[in-house]
Amino acid sequence: MRPFKYVRATDPANAVALVANRPGAAFLAGGTNLVDHMKLGIAEPDLLVDVSRLPLDRIEQSPAGGVRIGAAVRNSDLAADPMIRTRYPALSQALLAGASGQLRTLATTAGNLMQRTRCPYFQDLTTPCNKRTPGAGCSAIGGHNRDHAILGCSAECIATHPSDMAVALAALEASVVVLGPEGERRVPLADFYRLPGDTPHLDTNLGRGELILAVEMPPLAFAERSAYRKVRDRASFAFALVSVAAALDVRDGAVADVRVALGGVAHTPWRALRAEAMLRGGPATPDAFRAAADAELAAAQPLPGNAFKVPLARNTIVNVLTALARETA
Amino acid sequence: MDARVTLTVDGSRRELTVDTRTTLLDLLRDRLGAMAPKKGCDHGQCGACTVLIDGRRATTCLAFAVAHDGATVTTAQGLSNGAELHPVQQDFLDHDAFQCGYCTPGQICSAVGMIEEARAGHPSHVTRDLTGPVVLDDEEIRERMSGNLCRCGAYVNIVAAIRDVILKETPP
Ligand SMILES: Cc1cc2nc3c(=O)[nH]c(=O)nc-3n(C[C@H](O)[C@H](O)[C@H](O)COP(=O)(O)OP(=O)(O)OC[C@H]3O[C@@H](n4cnc5c(N)ncnc54)[C@H](O)[C@@H]3O)c2cc1C
Ligand code: SF4
Ligand code: FES
Ligand code: FES
Repeated sequence: MRPFKYVRATDPANAVALVANRPGAAFLAGGTNLVDHMKLGIAEPDLLVDVSRLPLDRIEQSPAGGVRIGAAVRNSDLAADPMIRTRYPALSQALLAGASGQLRTLATTAGNLMQRTRCPYFQDLTTPCNKRTPGAGCSAIGGHNRDHAILGCSAECIATHPSDMAVALAALEASVVVLGPEGERRVPLADFYRLPGDTPHLDTNLGRGELILAVEMPPLAFAERSAYRKVRDRASFAFALVSVAAALDVRDGAVADVRVALGGVAHTPWRALRAEAMLRGGPATPDAFRAAADAELAAAQPLPGNAFKVPLARNTIVNVLTALARETA
Repeated sequence: MDARVTLTVDGSRRELTVDTRTTLLDLLRDRLGAMAPKKGCDHGQCGACTVLIDGRRATTCLAFAVAHDGATVTTAQGLSNGAELHPVQQDFLDHDAFQCGYCTPGQICSAVGMIEEARAGHPSHVTRDLTGPVVLDDEEIRERMSGNLCRCGAYVNIVAAIRDVILKETPP
């Protein structure tokens, strides 16, 4: 591992200044992804600016009536928070489906958002990867791609985003509050992550030195009826093959409103806007859910290794929405 | 690059200079001789390195020691007061909850931490009612302990040991 200097940031502005002015600098939070990458040689920072002890560890009501979650809140604390459990159950469930108990006590909100793909070629310095080395080529496209993306892919990269939490945040229309050298800005989750296109080395639209301060959940009354379902190779402690976060508002048997996001299928958490639009105003029946899921997945570009994800995603969407509809009835 | 670190490990205060690249796991084992936490995978995947940091279970292989300057660390060894074993340790013995023993210190710290989490009412992935009371049945125990792998496959007895600890705490 490359030698590095370690400092604890004294306040958010200090953290931003330290990282913005030094190309080799990186923020450190719980370390559960960054330290792994430093061991593997994927990340080689020469300065770590520890932001895990900044006073960004609160979960509070936002002025807008939603909830503001500090960047340094631990995943375990967020999942267990009574307000989150009641108002945004899909978020609690997504967090509890991720990693393990002893990792979640270290992992933070911001670190979870910023975690990088688990594509095995990305993690293996001996194989070509456009995300690690732009222009090197993608080993997954002609290689093992069972875990890879079926939506929004490019000819350069078919990696998926591994976060469970981010899928719930996408469905619940969260925003990320960011502090940069030029001041503060709010980025809706839909604009936070990037599709790979021809710049697969960029996961997000954060600029150099931009520090996540918080995630803001808008008030969404029907999010009380939301759920997260994760399908994986073993019952626990594994990344998603496919996951679905959804919230459903049914009135008189019709879909008054709905939010759906998919995990494990794209370079970003995939908000299923097409399916949502088809469902709104229509009947809350498994047939309607199936038709909407099929419409969303019509654009899928499966590869031989991951073609199973298309029916798996469809069935999981139908399953989650049907269960939510039953709850409301 | 060197940095000063102060930690309280199993009740004693330790102050030392470490290379910033030293993980908490390597510091515990190589510098302080605290051999209870084990290095299984070194990538967060097996749980053998689990300890309690400020009372909460955490892996130590993906944590830099400098980032935990000032922390109180309890390893499986520090759970017993010397004369008597911790109830979780005793139940692991009574139930033959190990074979080679390599994963055991991590399993024990994880069990202590997770029982505490359940007592605080924290739900898990398999808890059906997120806001209801937590009952640690076998399914809950398995889910909450899934971050600890055992290559000897002693899982059946690990679950039995933990079930027994819980039963003794809250008799039916
Ligand atoms: C074995 C294993 C299994 C896992 N399984 C799952 C799983 O099933 N589902 C899942 O979702 N996740 C899983 N994870 C990933 C885990 O959720 C992440 O490692 C964790 O959330 C990262 O948070 P952290 O605080 O440790 O981040 P760090 O490792 O400290 O940082 C990660 C990145 O975030 C950046 N960063 C940190 N804070 C900020 C900030 N405030 N502003 C801007 N950038 C910042 C860092 O610079 C770094 O690039 C797993 C991890 C492991 C090791
Ligand atoms: S899918 Fe993306 S991350 Fe994986 S090898 Fe190809 S370029 Fe790299
Ligand atoms: S050695 Fe830390 S989790 Fe395996
Ligand atoms: S007892 Fe041997 S690894 Fe668990």
